[in-house]
Order: sequence, then C-alpha cells, then structure tokens
Amino acid sequence: MYRYDEFDSRFVHERAEQFRGQVARRLSGELSEDEFKPLRLMNGLYLQLHSYMLRIAIPYGTLSARQLRKLAFIARAYDRGYGHFTTRQNLQLHWVQLPKVADVLVDLAEVEMHCMQTSGNCVRNVTADHFAGAAKDEIEDPRILSEVVRQWSTLHPEFSFLPRKFKIAVSGSDADRAAIMIHDIGIQIVKNDEGEIGYRVFVGGGLGRTPFIGHEVGHFVGKCDILAFLEAVMRVYNESGRRDNIHKARIKILVHQIGPKEMRHRVEAEFAEIRQMGVLELPEGEIARIAAYFTPPDFEALTDECPEFEAAKRSSRGFADWVKTNVHAHKMPGYAIATVSLKPIGKTPGDCSSDQMDALADLMDEFTQPEIRVTHEQNLVLPHVRRKDLFALWQSLDTLELATPNHGLVTDIISCPGLDYCDLANARSINIAQEIAKRFSDLERQHDLGELKIKISGCINACGHHHVGHIGILGVDKKGVENYQILLGGSGAEDASLGEILGPGFDKEGIVDAVENVIATYTDLRQDGERFLDTVRRVGAIPFKERLYAH
Amino acid sequence: MLIKRGRIVDDPFLALADGEPAPQSGAILVSLKRFGAEKDALLARGFPLAVRVAAGESPQSLSDDVHKLAAVVLLVGYFKDGRAFSWARLIRTRLGYKGEIRISGHFLKDQIAFFSRVGADAFDLSENISPEDVDLALKEISNVYQPSVDGRRTIPELRGRMNERRRLAS
Repeated sequence: MYRYDEFDSRFVHERAEQFRGQVARRLSGELSEDEFKPLRLMNGLYLQLHSYMLRIAIPYGTLSARQLRKLAFIARAYDRGYGHFTTRQNLQLHWVQLPKVADVLVDLAEVEMHCMQTSGNCVRNVTADHFAGAAKDEIEDPRILSEVVRQWSTLHPEFSFLPRKFKIAVSGSDADRAAIMIHDIGIQIVKNDEGEIGYRVFVGGGLGRTPFIGHEVGHFVGKCDILAFLEAVMRVYNESGRRDNIHKARIKILVHQIGPKEMRHRVEAEFAEIRQMGVLELPEGEIARIAAYFTPPDFEALTDECPEFEAAKRSSRGFADWVKTNVHAHKMPGYAIATVSLKPIGKTPGDCSSDQMDALADLMDEFTQPEIRVTHEQNLVLPHVRRKDLFALWQSLDTLELATPNHGLVTDIISCPGLDYCDLANARSINIAQEIAKRFSDLERQHDLGELKIKISGCINACGHHHVGHIGILGVDKKGVENYQILLGGSGAEDASLGEILGPGFDKEGIVDAVENVIATYTDLRQDGERFLDTVRRVGAIPFKERLYAH
Repeated sequence: MLIKRGRIVDDPFLALADGEPAPQSGAILVSLKRFGAEKDALLARGFPLAVRVAAGESPQSLSDDVHKLAAVVLLVGYFKDGRAFSWARLIRTRLGYKGEIRISGHFLKDQIAFFSRVGADAFDLSENISPEDVDLALKEISNVYQPSVDGRRTIPELRGRMNERRRLAS
C-alpha cells in the first residue's frame, strides 16, 4: 500500500498544527462558529446532536494492521471504544471532544493518516473498489489513480471552496463495486482497442434530494491527461455551479440544467486549454512511483484444489454458509477474498469496537494480510487469503462476532447513523436496520431470497444510499412522528438505476411488515433463479404497490 | 490595511460608485459593469485605473483590456463563495495579466495561501487579520501537491529531484 515519504509526512503534521491553531481561535472566540465551520469541516469535524463527530479518511478504503491498531487506540482513548465505518469507506468517531481533536490528528499522522477533506465543500476522500488488486476482472488497480487524485486534490488552492461537496470514485473493473455512477465524478478504468489503458469519466451522478445517474463526459481520457481533465470538470463546476441554494448546488444539478452535451463542450474547452499549458500532465515517472506501492504481495504458487478447504466445508455447516456468501474469487489460484461482516443480526451496521479492530489486526499478522479494506457497503475485506487458511480465519472471526454469513443478503443492510447521532436526520435508521435483520435472521430464508440489498437513510441527504437499494428505505418526519417510505428497484452497481417510491410511508413498526410484504410479492412472482432486482425490473412496481396498499 | 507582496502599502485608488463622476485626476477604482460601459473615457483620463469584479461576475469579459488596468480587485462577497479563486487563475493564465490582483471583501486568513497560489498578490485586510497572520498563512504548510499559477515546485517535482540526487550520490 501507499507509504508516506518525508513530504507527505510533513504535510499532515503541519496540517494538524494548523488545525490546532484554528481550534484555539475558535475557543478564544476569535472565529465565529460560522467562520470555524468550513475550517473544521475540511478536517473532518462535524457538530452533531450530542457531540462533535470526527470523520477519519481511509483513502480508497485501504488500511494496514498498524493503522487499524491506531484506530482502535484512538477510538478507545478519545471516544467510547468503537467506531463506525461509513459508505464513503471512512471511519467516524461520534463522541470526540473539540480540544482533543488536534491530538487525534497528530496520532493519525504518526500512522500516515489524516482527516483532511472528509467533509466540507471540497473534493472528498477518494473511494475505490474494495477488491482492488485482488479481483479477477480487474484491468488495473484503481488505487493507483485514487492516490494520484488524493494528492492532487489535497488543499487544492482553486477548489477548496466549491459550491458543495465533491465526491470521486474509481473502479478498475467492468463490474462496478465502487458505485461510480452515483458520484460527482466516477472514473472507470478501461482498455481501448490498441490495448492502452485510459479512463472513462462520468460526471453528475449523485443521490440526496435530487438523485441522478452520472453522464459520460470523457470517453477515453489518456493516463497522463487525467488530472487536466479532472481540473477542467472542477473549474466548470466552480465557476458555474449554483451557490444561491444549497439544495441545488451539486454538480449533478448543473449537468442537469445545461445538459450533458453542453457540459462535455465546456469541459472539453477547459481541458484543451489546461492541456496546452502542460503543467498538469502527469509524468510517467510519478505514476510508476505510486504504482510501485500497489505491487501485489508475493503470491505463493498454489492451485485452487484445496482438500482441507473442501473437508472443512463438509464438516462445518457454519463455515460452508460463510463461504457461500462471504468468500469471493481471487485473481490468483489458491487464494480468495474474504468479506468480514460488520452486520451481525440486531447490531448497528458498520460499527466496530476497538477490541475487534485490535483482534483483526492480530489476524492480519497471523494470516500475513498486509492490508484490510473498508467497503462502501460498510463491511471489511481481507483481500488475499490462502484458501487453505479460510477455515482457521473463519473460526477466529466467528469468536469475534465478525463472521456473520450474510454478505449481499437481505440482512447485509446499509444504514446511515440516523437520528441516533445525526442532527440532519429526520428519523432513526439503525433501529429499522436492526428490526429488519431480526425479522429475516433465518439463514435458510436469506439464502432462498438471494442477493437483496436494503439501504436505509434517516433523511433526504441519502447517506444510506436508499435510492440505489434494491429496497430503499427513507426516514421522514411526519408531523413529529418517524415515518418510513419504501423505494423499489435501485442499484448502485454497473447496472445503476434509481429506485421508485412506492407510496405513502409506514410507521416504525409497520415498515418491517411492509418490507416483508414486498419480499413476499417477490417470492410469489420470481422465475427460476431470478434475483429480487431482476423480478422488479421485469414486472415493474405495480404488483408490489397493489399488494402493499391492498387495504 | 492593504498588503501587497508582503508589504503594507497605501491604497492609491479612489473607489467610485457607479454613476459617481470621476475626478479630474488620480487613480480610480470602478465596477466591471461601469468599465464595460465607459471603458474608453475611463482609460482616456490617463491615470491608473482599477476594476472591481464581484464574485458572481466572470472577469472573462475584460479580455485584452485587462492589460491596460493598474489592478483587478476581486470582491469576495462571502468567504464561502470560492469563485474568486477561479477568477484569479483565469486572469493570470487565460488573460495573461501581470499586474496587481487584489482580494477584497469577506475572506479568512486561512484562505490567503490559496489566493496567493492562484495568482493574487494583494489583500485588503480586515481588522482581524494582521500582516503577521498573512506571513504565517503563507508558510504554515511548507509544500504543495498540485501546480498552480504561483509556479511553485510541487511535491511530485521535489520528490523527483530528491530521488535524482540520491541516485547520483549512491
């Protein structure tokens, strides 16, 4: 993985000290809360319902064991002994004290981490496919470009006070595990007919109040030109994005208002000018330097035949169940990718205790895993596990409550923190996720239902990605009472689509029955082997509505 | 207080409201709109002329006339409005202007380094920003990751040089 050199290291340390000064100015009253806000947000610090929340950047979701141990330490020393992994592959601490934040930043800097640009109207932490470097269908490791973009966007002088936040995601495969179509900029690594690698760039995707799927603005951007191209998009946005209304300020609204064709035209004009100046051309040497950090580990020469693995599956039902959903094909024979579920039935999706983090770091050492990944679906991933180690790994994970065999199933629910923590929320989301998971906890039933992604947001801002859930749930406030609407047919993958609201919402008891009802409609209507999403796409929303609102 | 390229200086320009008659002599500052309408007369006065560009106005329309100006003043209405960063850059790189670009209005000292990078070289300081603050703001983060108008060597470039030196030394 990427390692800081003296320049990166000095940068984050100076940034931590700068923030210490800003906090002091706030505490002394020199800065008003309004003036302090964008400064703290650019260092990941939010003011929530009960306390400050600190959002720690995990660039492209990759962590070393050393970093994970430091996060465990920080969560224990400055918070309540746990953290919350988010749909942006970050870690949130919900109970930090303002005067201590600069100390946390210094601790993070020691392990080459930071909170820069995890919030605020700037380019946010860049996300990428959590199977990077391990996926069979990968063209190139997306983290190489992600790191290039991370550095270029860090304290960018022109784009740190944008109309609104700006999210970039990178996928290195045809399968989209990074949800690139719902980002302000989504980059897909592609290969052209000549075998050259380049980038397909989508602009203007996003969720929130007004969801959109991104439009292709760059069909094949050359490797050395990508920063010039991104800068062109950012400039068009910074100059023309709306600033009069926070709800209309994202780039998706600009693209929608001027149209994708005009957007392409404006970006191309800027791109031509920036390119001609040449200063943003990415030197091949720099690409190679960063790529070297993402050289795959030394894989052993193994074959996929693994008698001990097969025997373990036969002897342990629990292990076999886990393998079915949480183990994925690896590009190297004899290896597998393992998803560590942060969705135990009835617990908070994405939460991980300091003890679990420490234990996971120990397991990384024991099973020689140089890194662990955070997924945008709020799970963790061990990317390079020998198949023969899977059983022992599973046994250890099981004792840590980290082996729930539910990846991609109905209980693998994405949920934002909701009204339990967030002052933007209109309704709680965690409790809904917990109740649904309990209702569908029977594993046989989960397997029978197959791939089914439920995503829950506690408000219209859609941190829980409800628009792209196969079943999306949106919490709203209905005359002071929490109320939940159901959306149907969304997807955040390569077949991206936005869900449709079925009708009036339900109260917090009714929503679980409503989900049950929708799922029963699916099981009645599905054809052989058809996923929930495919049934919805085939039959449309009407049969679901009719049954749901029958009375 | 006006600070230009690190020095405290007197502001030579008399700011005129639109419609307010220009004095016989002396340097003046007018809005972009007024400049557009009265350009020839204003330039014919033969005294230094500066133009004020509000956040919502692109300075693109100045085009080649920009080279006849003694200063362009970018007025930041509210510090969160980041368009002035793009305007300063545009004036320097697209229009090729070499004269003074001044930042005025509501901005924070935490933004001074950014403004300086995109080509601003003068700042109208409010009461709560001291010249020492400006000094500190410009040096508290030693290096930069991305190229900009200031032409500073970026971290990737510094790395390249350092690695080259190490290679030669070994």
